[in-house]
Amino acid sequence: MSVLSVRDLTVTYHTQAGPVPAVRGVDLAVDKGEVLGLAGESGCGKSTIVNAVLRLVPPKTKVTGEILLNGEDVTAMKAGRLRAVRWSGMSVIFQGAMHALNPVQRIGNQIAETITIHGQADEKGAQVRTGALLEQVGLPPRRLRDYPHELSGGQKQRVMIAMALACNPDVVIADEPTTALDVMVQAQVLQLLKDLQRELGLAMLFITHDLSVLVEVCDRLAIMYAGKIVEEGPSVQVFRNPRHPYTSALSGAFPQIGDRRFRMAPSGLPGDPPFPGNVPEGCSFHPRCPLAFDECPTIDPELYPAGVERRAACLLVRGGDRVEVTS
Amino acid sequence: MRPGTIGPTGAGPIPPVEDLEVPAERLLSPRRIVWARRKRAFQRTAKTYRKSKMGMAGLAILVFFVLVALFAPLVADEATMDPTSPATGDAYQPPSSEFWFGTDNLGRSIYAMTVHGSRISLTVGLSATLISMAIGALIGIFAGYYGGWLETGLMRLTDWFLVLPWLALAIVLASLLGRSLSIIILVIGITSWPGTARIVRAQALSVKTRPYVERARALGASNWHLITRHILPNVGPLIFANTILTVAIAILSETTLSFLGLGDPLAVSWGTMLDFAFSAGAATTGQWWWLLPPGLAIVLVVLAFTMCGFALDEILNPKLRER
Amino acid sequence: MGTRGYLLGKVAQAFLTLLFVLCFNFFLFRVMPGDPAALLLRGTSAFNPENVEQVKKDLGLDKPLPQQFLTYMADTARLNFGESFFLRGKPVNEVIGDKIWPTVLLVGTSTIASIALGLLIGIWSGWRRGSALDYGSLTFTLFVYAMPEFWFGILVLMAFGGGVGPFPAIFPTGGYETPGADLTGLSHATDVLNHMVMPFFVLTVAYLGEYALIMRNSLTDVMADDFVTTARAKGVREKEVLWRHVVPNALLPTWTLTMLSLGFVFGGAITIEYVFSWPGLGWLTVQAIEAKDFALLQALFLIFSAAVIIANFIADITYMYLDPRVRAA
Repeated sequence: MSVLSVRDLTVTYHTQAGPVPAVRGVDLAVDKGEVLGLAGESGCGKSTIVNAVLRLVPPKTKVTGEILLNGEDVTAMKAGRLRAVRWSGMSVIFQGAMHALNPVQRIGNQIAETITIHGQADEKGAQVRTGALLEQVGLPPRRLRDYPHELSGGQKQRVMIAMALACNPDVVIADEPTTALDVMVQAQVLQLLKDLQRELGLAMLFITHDLSVLVEVCDRLAIMYAGKIVEEGPSVQVFRNPRHPYTSALSGAFPQIGDRRFRMAPSGLPGDPPFPGNVPEGCSFHPRCPLAFDECPTIDPELYPAGVERRAACLLVRGGDRVEVTS
Repeated sequence: MRPGTIGPTGAGPIPPVEDLEVPAERLLSPRRIVWARRKRAFQRTAKTYRKSKMGMAGLAILVFFVLVALFAPLVADEATMDPTSPATGDAYQPPSSEFWFGTDNLGRSIYAMTVHGSRISLTVGLSATLISMAIGALIGIFAGYYGGWLETGLMRLTDWFLVLPWLALAIVLASLLGRSLSIIILVIGITSWPGTARIVRAQALSVKTRPYVERARALGASNWHLITRHILPNVGPLIFANTILTVAIAILSETTLSFLGLGDPLAVSWGTMLDFAFSAGAATTGQWWWLLPPGLAIVLVVLAFTMCGFALDEILNPKLRER
Repeated sequence: MGTRGYLLGKVAQAFLTLLFVLCFNFFLFRVMPGDPAALLLRGTSAFNPENVEQVKKDLGLDKPLPQQFLTYMADTARLNFGESFFLRGKPVNEVIGDKIWPTVLLVGTSTIASIALGLLIGIWSGWRRGSALDYGSLTFTLFVYAMPEFWFGILVLMAFGGGVGPFPAIFPTGGYETPGADLTGLSHATDVLNHMVMPFFVLTVAYLGEYALIMRNSLTDVMADDFVTTARAKGVREKEVLWRHVVPNALLPTWTLTMLSLGFVFGGAITIEYVFSWPGLGWLTVQAIEAKDFALLQALFLIFSAAVIIANFIADITYMYLDPRVRAA
C-alpha cells in the first residue's frame, strides 16, 4: 500500500472571474522509501496539489477526488485529526524558505513547536531533539537560538528540512526546495536530501520544474501540464527517452554540457503555458506542440501505456503508433 | 497523419493592421497618442469608480454640499443671519416652522448660518489643500527624483515636521499671524504637507527606476523633461487620490482652529458656529439644535471626501492593486 | 552595529529633533513679519510706542540676534521660560507647573486605553475580515474619524453633564474636582475620577478607530505571508497561528504608525481639556490663546513637542524588543 495516494484529484479555485480548475484529475502514488518527482512549468498546478493534500487551500475552493495517507482519507478527516496528521503524517519543505519562516521567532522554537504540539516530547525534550535535527542537516546545534535573518539562504533551507523531519513523518513533500538557491548551494542541499532520504527510508514527493535535478534524486517521474499528468515512469527512462513532446521540450530546456543532443536541439518552447481557466480544446498542449496534427485539437488524450511501467498522454502513443518523439 | 501540420504557434496569426484600435491616419503625433491613452485610462478609472458603492455615496454627498455652497443665498435667506435685520428672531429659540434649526444667542437663524457656513468651510478646505499639495508634491518629487543629499535633507525635514504636534504648531502660527481667512488657509497649508511629500516621494522613487524612464534618460532627455513628461503624470493620479483625503483633514483642521477662537470672526464657518455655541453655554443648557447641525454637516462632508478618497486610492494605488 | 548602536542612534535622533524644535521655536517668534514687540501688544489697550519699547527691552529683543539665541538656549536649559503676560509677571514655569499632572493623568490613561482597545479590535477585525464585526468596526472608525473630537465631547457633555432629552445628567459638567469640597485621600481620588469619566471616554473613543484600522491593515498583510501557511501546515491551532505567529509580526509596522499618530493625541487633548474645563496643559493653551500670552504659548509648544519626541523615542526603544532584525542591523 502506498504511503500517499491521490486518485482523480480535482482542485477548482473560486475567483472573481469564475471557477478556475487548477488541477484536473490527477493520480499519484508514493510508496515507502520511494521518491516520486513531479515536474512542470509554473502555473501547471504542482503547488496546488501540495496545498490540496494538506487541505491548505483557500476557503470556497472545490476539492474532489481521493487523498489517502496510509489508507486514511485526508478529505474526510475532522479538524482535530487533520491537525494531528499534519506534519506527523506528512510534512512539507516549502520553497523560498526566505519567507516561510517566522521572522520574529527563533528557529529552534519554530522546530520545537512542531514537536511539542504533536505531543512527541515536552519542552526540554523538544529542544534536545531540535539540536539533533540541526546536526543531521549539517548545522551546529547552537544555531537553534538564531533568528531566520541571521542565516543564509542555504542554511534556512536546511532548517526547513530539519523542521520537516521533526515529527518523523511518513511522507515528505519537497516543494521546489532548491529553486531559490544559488547553484552551488543547490547541489549541497540536493545531496543532503538524497542522503537523508536514503538514511531514513523516507517516502518523498519532490516537486520542481528542473528535470535534470529530478533525475538525480527520484526513482519515478511524473510530468504535469495544465493541471494534468502527461507522462510518468521511471525517472531515467523518462528523461532520456521521453514519449510526450512536452517532456522532451522540458528536458531540452536544461542542456547538459557535453551531451551532444543539446547542441542541435532548440531550447525553449514558443508560447506560454495556458492560463488555468483557459485551457485549449482537445489536447491541452497542442498549440505549442511541434508534432501536433489534425486530431490533436479534438481529442483530449488519456494516459496511454507507453512502455514498462510508463504512461504518456499523447495521441502519438495511443494504440500501436510507435512514433519516436525526438527533437 | 503527419506530425507538425498545425505547427507550434500558440498565439495564432498576427492581426492585420485594420483591426487595431486606431485607424492609420490618426497615428500622427505622439502627443495625440499620449492624450488618447490618458483619456482611455481616465474612462477606465471612472468606470471602476462607478462600481464602488462607497465612492458613489461619497460623491453624491459631496455634490449635494457643493451645490448648497454654490447656491447658498438661494437656499437660505442671508438676512436671517444679520442681527441688525428684522428677519432674525428671538434668541435661543428651538427649531420651529419659521426657523428650521432654531436661533442662536443673537437670534440668527442657525439654518442660514449652517448653509452659508458651507462656503467658508469648503473654501478653506480646498484652498489649504492646494497649498499643501503643491508644497508636498514639489518636495516629494524633487526628493524622490534627485536622491542623494537633497533627498536625505528633504526627508529629514519632512520627518521633523511630522513629529511636531500639529495643533500646537498651528495654534502658535495662527496666534502670531492674526485672525483672518487667508491666515488660516496659509497655516493649514504649510503644516500639512509632510504626509503628501512622503507618499509622492515613494511613488517618484518607484517611477524613476522604471524602464521607460531609464530609456528616456539614455536618449538624452533633460531632468525637466523627465520630471514633467514621465514622473509627474505617473505620480499625478496618486497625488489626486491623496488630495481628496487631504481636503477632509483640512476641513477638520479649520474647524478645530476656528473652534479654539483662531478663526476669522467675520467669516462664520461651521467651526466658528461651534465656538459661539460652546462659549454661550449651549452644552450645559442643552441647546442641541445649535450644536448638532454644524457638527453633522462637518461629519457628512468629511465622510464624503474620505469615502471618495478611499475609493480612488483603491483604484489608483499600485500597492493596493496587487493585493 | 547591534543593540548599542541602535540605541545610540535613536538617542541622537531624539536629541537632534529636540534641537530642531528649539531653534524653530526661537526663530518662529523673531522672524514673523513685523515687530515682535508690537505683535504682542497689538489689540490690547496697552498698545503705544513707549510700552512697545519697554517690552522690547524686557524681552531682550533689542540685542543682536546671535546673542538673543544664546540667551534663549541658556534659559531653556535652565527651564527658564520667561514671564507670562497673562498672569502679569508670574514665571511661566509656575503657571505651567501644576497643570502637568492633570494632563498626564487624563491623556496618559486614555492613550493607553485607546491603543489597547484599538489594537484588539483591529486584530479581531482583520482576522475575521468581511464579517459583521469587521464591517461594523470599519463603519464606526470611519464615522468617528470624520467627527471633530471636541464636537463629540460637547455632545457627551450635553447629554450626560447637562442632561438633555432622554439623557440623565450623571456627571459633573467640567473641572478636575468639585470646587470647595476640600476632599482628601480616597474620596478625593474618587471625586477626580468622577470628573474624569467623560473626557476619558471621549479621548479614548476618538482615536481607537485609527489604531484599529492600522492594525487591521497590518494583520491582513501578514496573513498573506508564507510563514503563516507553514504554521498551519505544521498543525498549529488557528488561535495559536493568530497570537503566536501573525500578531507578533503585525505589531511591528502598527507600533511605528501608532507612535506617529501621538502628535494628534496631544491636539485632541487641547480641545477636550477645553471642553471639559479639565485644568491641564491643553486647557492652559486655550487660555493663552485668548490672552495672547506668547511666552506661555511658546513654552507650551515646546512641551508638547518634547512630549511627542520622547514618546517616539520610547516607541523606538520598545520596537527593538519587538523586532529581532533591528538588533542585528
